[in-house]
This record gives sequence, structure tokens and C-alpha cells, in this order.
Amino acid sequence: MRRVATAALCLLLAGCAGVQSSMDVAGRQAGDIKGVWTLMLWVCGVMYLLVLAFLGWTLWRARRPLADAPPLADSALSPADRPMQTALGGWMVLIVVGLLVLTFGSFLVDRRLAEAGARADLNIRVTANQWWWQVEYQHPDPSQGFLTANEIHLPVGKTAKIELVATDVIHSFWVPNLGGKQDLIPGRVNDITLTPTRTGRFRGQCAEFCGLQHSNMALDVIVDSPAAYEAWRARQLASAPPPVTPGQARGLAVVQTAACANCHQIQGTEAMGKTGPDLTHVAGRRSIAAGALPYSRGALAAWIADPQGIKPGAHMPIVQLSPADLNGVLDYLDSLK
Amino acid sequence: MSASRPRAAKAAEMSALHERLERTWATPPGLWGWLTTVDHKLVGRRYVVTGFVFFVLGGILALLMRAQLARPESGLIDADRYNQIFSMHGTTMMFLFAVPIMEAMAVYLVPLMCGTRAIAFPRLNAFSYWVYLAGGTMIWIAFLLNVGPETGWFSYVPLAGPEFSPGKRTDFWAQMITFTEVAALAVAVELIATILKQRAPGMTLARMPLFLWAMLVTSFMVVFAMPAVMLSSSFLISDRLIGTHFYNPAEGGDPLLWQHLFWFFGHPEVYIIFMPALGMVSHITATFSRRTVFAYPIMVLALVATGFLAFGLWVHHMFATGLPRLGNSFYTSASMMIAIPSGVQIFCWIATMFDGKPRFATPLLFVLGFIVTFVLGGLTGVMLASVPLDLQVHDTYFVVAHFHYVLIGGAVFPLFGAVYYWFPKFTGRLLNETAGKWNFWLFFAGFHLTFFPMHILGLIGMPRRIYTYRAEMEWGGWNLAATAGAFLIAVSAVMFVINVAAALRRPRTAGANPWQASGLEWATGSPPPAYNFIYLPVVAGREPLWEEGETRPVMEGLSSSEREILCTSVVEAEPDMRHPMPDNTLWPLLAALSTTALFIGSVFNEWALVWGAIPLTACLIGWFWPVGTPRRKEAAA
Repeated sequence: MRRVATAALCLLLAGCAGVQSSMDVAGRQAGDIKGVWTLMLWVCGVMYLLVLAFLGWTLWRARRPLADAPPLADSALSPADRPMQTALGGWMVLIVVGLLVLTFGSFLVDRRLAEAGARADLNIRVTANQWWWQVEYQHPDPSQGFLTANEIHLPVGKTAKIELVATDVIHSFWVPNLGGKQDLIPGRVNDITLTPTRTGRFRGQCAEFCGLQHSNMALDVIVDSPAAYEAWRARQLASAPPPVTPGQARGLAVVQTAACANCHQIQGTEAMGKTGPDLTHVAGRRSIAAGALPYSRGALAAWIADPQGIKPGAHMPIVQLSPADLNGVLDYLDSLK
Repeated sequence: MSASRPRAAKAAEMSALHERLERTWATPPGLWGWLTTVDHKLVGRRYVVTGFVFFVLGGILALLMRAQLARPESGLIDADRYNQIFSMHGTTMMFLFAVPIMEAMAVYLVPLMCGTRAIAFPRLNAFSYWVYLAGGTMIWIAFLLNVGPETGWFSYVPLAGPEFSPGKRTDFWAQMITFTEVAALAVAVELIATILKQRAPGMTLARMPLFLWAMLVTSFMVVFAMPAVMLSSSFLISDRLIGTHFYNPAEGGDPLLWQHLFWFFGHPEVYIIFMPALGMVSHITATFSRRTVFAYPIMVLALVATGFLAFGLWVHHMFATGLPRLGNSFYTSASMMIAIPSGVQIFCWIATMFDGKPRFATPLLFVLGFIVTFVLGGLTGVMLASVPLDLQVHDTYFVVAHFHYVLIGGAVFPLFGAVYYWFPKFTGRLLNETAGKWNFWLFFAGFHLTFFPMHILGLIGMPRRIYTYRAEMEWGGWNLAATAGAFLIAVSAVMFVINVAAALRRPRTAGANPWQASGLEWATGSPPPAYNFIYLPVVAGREPLWEEGETRPVMEGLSSSEREILCTSVVEAEPDMRHPMPDNTLWPLLAALSTTALFIGSVFNEWALVWGAIPLTACLIGWFWPVGTPRRKEAAA
């Protein structure tokens, strides 16, 4: 059993790469926290080994032959009592020292995390809903702000302060490669600060149980180089491109007249719904339905045709569309890069 | 009424006394006796059995969850059913298994360890069992009818509130809380009274067995912690049923109020579960090492310190909610401090074995498993006390691993050890040692195979309470290992059940004290007679049966024709007064039934609180109807 544990530990230390791993650090906050983890692992590991060593020694010693004596009713009568008391005192001192080291290590990192939010390079507001994320890039000049959903882009090396609110139940915002988590609570405004240190695509997931589709409430976080980030931002600021082909035109007409427009917004069109994710640049995103499926025209088709089959309980209803209308909608949405 | 020196009572005299006491204290055979008994041993035994039934039910739910999570995107169980299953698993294990079974063991053992003839408030004890049974049955019937809770054992609002959890599912859950908390509070009161007022003469606080200390601290914790959750669940019911707004931020309520109240109970709850187990560990360690527990005063202080500290840590469940950071730091320190008493106790148990002559029978094996497992869980607990690290691993499988290490490691391992240890006392029969060792090793291997990988899963990003995950997340391998381990645990549990079933078919040959243990519970027959002790024991040290050998001081003077116990002073355990004890009665059952009607009725209609109070009041009047001064017509002994 211990061998399995040791093997597991080795694997762990070898690095747990992944798009959603607190061990695969891609942000300053995650790095700081991993420092606490390493400190904890060492201190606690040593303490655990000490306990096992004492236990092992006891088991080894138990093999000694002993005369049949009556049981010891008074601890003070044992010659080992005094040395063991001294050892107990030493053990207590060791525990206290270990705890002090850990507590102060933890305090220092906590302070660093708190200070990071003081000077943010960009401000984002994330609103959690059952079961998707609305992302609002804020700017002092409102024309420079924009709305998107289920995907966040961050410029590498810049500090983003993310304001966290919820409209329905409690959710928790968590992108482990970049930092810790923070709850989104109705009636409260929280925030979290992230400073990505390398580019890449990462994944976040709701970490507070929020109902039926808690499992499928993820978001993509893409850390871009500054140039790539600016290019992405410029695209997001633009309204949806007008339809080019007849199929796309039919699609736009369907979106505006069928149920879609009740919930979804497409900037630059008559679709102005606010209760569902913004679709202005939906085709430029990595996934659909808050990480339920990787983005593709086929996945979009499956999602529109049967959202309840892919994400049972999701608030998106089945909208009956003729095959031609569905194709048009797909043509149009797929053009919204 | 004075402590008399040991004397050789004539066999005939003893058997006459035995018959008189048996007539006075016995439970009549048959259904009537079964329904009316107030004997703490019978109530305790059925409490333990019921607790284990819920353990098996909760375990089956765990296997279902592990089957679902064994591979990514599994379609075995749908989201709604899965959410009900994990909610019921947590609810069953925490409220219907862990807390009740520890109290159940105490209901059986505490009066025996105190050397008294009955538990304090025996009718309340019977009432407590029936209420617990009714609450557990209600929630399980609701679950099987697809009205089981779906918002977790913690039922965070607003998710559990009227808007997002329509229907009656959460109402049944909240009312189940009321049932089990009433039961738990009743037992806590009985245990406090029994431990403080009914100890054998001479059993001063400084000589009290560690299990009694553990139960005393635990019971006080129950008294202070449980009201918080009853309050929070009553607020929840009233938000849901009559439209109050305790948790509604739009009307000035606050969802965090729920979390504060729930965790003010929920964190001490963990200690309420494993502190009795710490007491059990002390007894098993001492008996099988043939040495009194090392550093007894420090062990007692550690228990008391844990009891106090337990109430100062609840916010470490809420580090991610955005509370002020300065406050969080306080809870970091308090959470870390709990490692001091825990670490001290671990040292003392190992030191006891180190200096003693340990014999590795099954109960002691479970203690070894406890140490290896629980210390690991305690250390991950220290990790979770750190705000920054907690922000990463909170609500991930790391936490799932942590608290299973603490709760299974800290409570279930000792509980199995305790069952092997006290089973001969309960039944007069020994469990099979070979099967016991298989039971232990399968459980140990299965446990670590199940829960160790969960640490890693949490670190690589797997959140809790998800019914499915995508294949590209690379969590499949560890999850498969965990599932395999869970089935190994199931095999071990089956082994245990077979061992118990086989033992029950054998003759009662264990004898009064098969382990040569030192506590008073071993100073009477196995199983003990209805009146527990033919002569009340008198105690002169911490390990009475080890100190006095063949001759034991006893005390006489209690009636043998009336139910009577001896009350002693709180600190010095000096004889105080004789106290009458109630006879068998049906009122506790009737009171429990009317309580059940009131509670279940109020799930559907608030007016049930009013109408339901009428039969309940009638039952309580019957219960407390004065029966007159006990007739002091006993013959001289």
C-alpha cells in the first residue's frame, strides 16, 4: 500500500501537466500558492515520516520476548515514563515550530495575493449563471468595453482584476493554472486577481455545487501575447459581421424572428436578449455551452438540435427549426468569428 | 450505605439477589417488551444495528457514485439522480451513521463503564432512538420515491431555497436534520448526566476512563453545536414554506448566514464524530499493550482543548466566500492549532504501545490503521487551514480525500476496532480473528486505493460533486483506481457482516473479561444482566480491574425491588443519594410517533406545528404523569 502511495507521490512530483491543474503553474498567483504547497508538503511529509518511524520502531520493538508480568496500571511505575515525557515535550515543540513556519508562510503569501489586486491593468466583470459565465470587459470609455461569454482572454504579464457576481445561486470561479478560486454569491461582489506568466490555453470550472449542470459549467481562459490580445480585443469590439451568403442571411432572419433572439444578443443585429450567452463572436470561441462541447459547426448543430440531450436541465429550450432554417442558422453563427 | 470491604457472598444469597434484581430490571419478552424497554443496553444495541444499516446504505450509494465516475462521460446515472445520490450519501453518513453510531456505542457502554445500573433519563433514551429511526426512515423513503435531497448534505442557499429547489425534496432533508438533532441532543444530555452524576464511588474525574472523558466533551459539543444547525434548517424550512427571507439577499437576508450557521455546527460535527473514536482507541491500545495509557492528564487536556478549538474554525470552510482577510488569518491559526492536541494524542498512543507489550489482535490492528490513516488526514487538514492553499484545493477531490482520511481513518477504523473489542461484551461471543485480519487488511488496502488518488485528482483540477467529466481531462485513470478500491472496501464490509453473522450462531463462551481489560464494563457478565452489576463496584484507581485482582470492593444499599441507582458527586464521585429510575413504558414510543407526525406534517403545512402539538402534549402528559413515591418495601439485602 505504501508503495502505491510512494509511486503516486513520485508521479505527483514529476509534474501534473494539464489545462486545469494547480500543479502546472501559468500565473503568478498559482505560483505563489504552489510555493505554499511545496512548503506544506515538505514540513508535513517530515512530520508524517517521524510518526511512521516511531510507529515502525514500536512494531520492531514489540517482537522482543517479554516475561509474563501483570499489566501496568500506573504509568509512573515504568522506567520509560520519564524519558517518554521528555520526548513528548520535544514532539510538542516540534509541532509548534512546524505550525509557526506554515502559518507565517501562509500569511506572507496571502498578503502577496491581497496586494496584487491594488494595481490592475484591466478590469473584467464575470457574472455566473446556471450554468454559464457572462464576461464583461470593462473600460472607462464605455465604447471600449464589450460583452462575451464562457471565454476569457488575458494578456500575458498583465494583472487582471476580475469582479465576480452571481445572479441566481452560488458559483465559484476557478482557473487552477492561474490562481485560486473565489465564490460568486448573489447579493455580494467579490473579486480575484490573476497575473498570467505564460501564454497558452487553460480551463476553468465552477467549483461550488450549483445544481443540475454544475459538472458542465466550464470556461476557457486563453493567455495571449500582448499583440494577439489586442487583435482579439479589436475583433470583440466590432459588431457581428453582416451575412454574406444567402444561407447566412436566412440564418440571421431566423435568429431574429425565432426564439433565439429572446435570450441571446448578437451585437449589430436585432437579437438583443440578455438572459443567455452573447453570441456576437461565438464562432471564434473554443467551446460551446460552457465547455460542454469543443466548438465546431457540427457540435453547434448538435447543441441547437438537442440541448437537453447534451446538457440535461440547461435553460436552453429545443427550438423547432426546419432543416433548411437550421442550416441557415449554422451558416450564420459559424460566420461570427 | 457505605463502601464495604470485599467479602465472599454465599452463592445462594447471590442467586437470590440476582433473581430479585432480574425481576426489577428485566425487559419482558415479546413484542410488548421490545416496544416498551428503557434498558440502555437494548436501546444501545438497536441503535448500533440501525447505524450500521445506514452505513451499508450510504456505502451502496458510494459504490454507485464510484461506478459512475470510473470512466469519463459515463451514462450510467443521470445528473439529477447523481445529485440525489451524493446528497444522500453525505446526509446518511454524517447524520444517520457517524454521529448516531458513536452515541449508540456510548449509550451501551457509558453506564457500564461508570459502574451504574442504568443510563440517566432512560425514557428519553428510548424516545431518542425512535425519533432517529423515524427521521432516517423518512428521508430514505423520500429518496426511494425520487423526492430525495438534491442540493448536497450542506444544502447551500440559494440553491436549496424556494426558488431553485422547488418541490419537497429539500424540505424532507431539512426536517431530517430536525429529527436527528433532537435524537442527538437527547443522548448528549443523558450522557452528560450519566457521566457526571452516576459514576461508581471513588471514580473521581481524575480516574475516569478516557472514553468517558471523550464522551463528556463530545456531548457538551453536541449541546453547543447542534442548535446552530437546527436553527439554520428551521430558517430554511420557514423560507421555503411560509415565505420568510432569512437567506434572500433581495429582501435583506444573506446566503452567507446559512454557511456561518451550518459550519458553526458542521466543523464541530467532525470532532463530535471522531472524538468518541479517540476514546475507543485509548481503551483498545491500553488493553492490548497491557499498560495504562501514557500521559493520561495530557490526553484529557488534549480532548478538552480539541473540544474548545473545534468551535473556532468554522470559517475555514468559507475562505473562498470573500470574507475579510484579517479574519481569515485568525481561522488559519485556530485551524492549525488543532494539530497540537491531535499530534500529542498520537504520540501518547504510540508511546503506550512502545512501552507496553502489544499483542496485535484485530482491534489493535485497526488502531494501527487508524494512526497511519488519520495522521495523513490531519496533515492535509493543516494544509487546508492555509488560506492561499485552500483557495486552490477547496471544493476539489483533495478535500474529499482529506475528510475521508479524517472521518474513515479517524472514526471508522476505530469503530471497527471497537466492535471487535466490545462485541464479546455485547453478545457474549468472540468474533473470528482470521476473518478479522482479512477484514482489516482488505479495508486498509481498499481505503487507501480509493482515497489516496483523490488527493492527486484534486490537485490536477477535479472539482467535487460533478456527475461526469470529459475524457481529455485525464482524470480517468485515477478515478478507475478509486473505484476499484471502493469495491475492495465493499468486500471487506461483506467479510465483516459474515463474521458477525457467524459469531452470533456460536455459543456464548467469551466470558466476562476475554481480553483481561481493566475497565468496569468487564467486571460483569457478557452480555451484562439487565441490572448491569449485582453489587455496585467501588473504584480506587484508573484501571480498577488491573489494580485489585480477584477481590474487588463493592457497595450495597440500593433497593433490589425498585429500580434505583446511586448518584455520586460530580468531581470526587462520593455517594450522594439514591435515585429512582422509571420502569418500562410505552410513552416514549408514542411521544416519538406524535413527534414524527408533527415533523412530517409540517413539511407540508405549517399548521401541523399547531395541530401536531396536541397529541404530542397528550403523550408528554402521560409520560410525566406522577406515579407516586416509590414504595420502599424492599427486604434487607
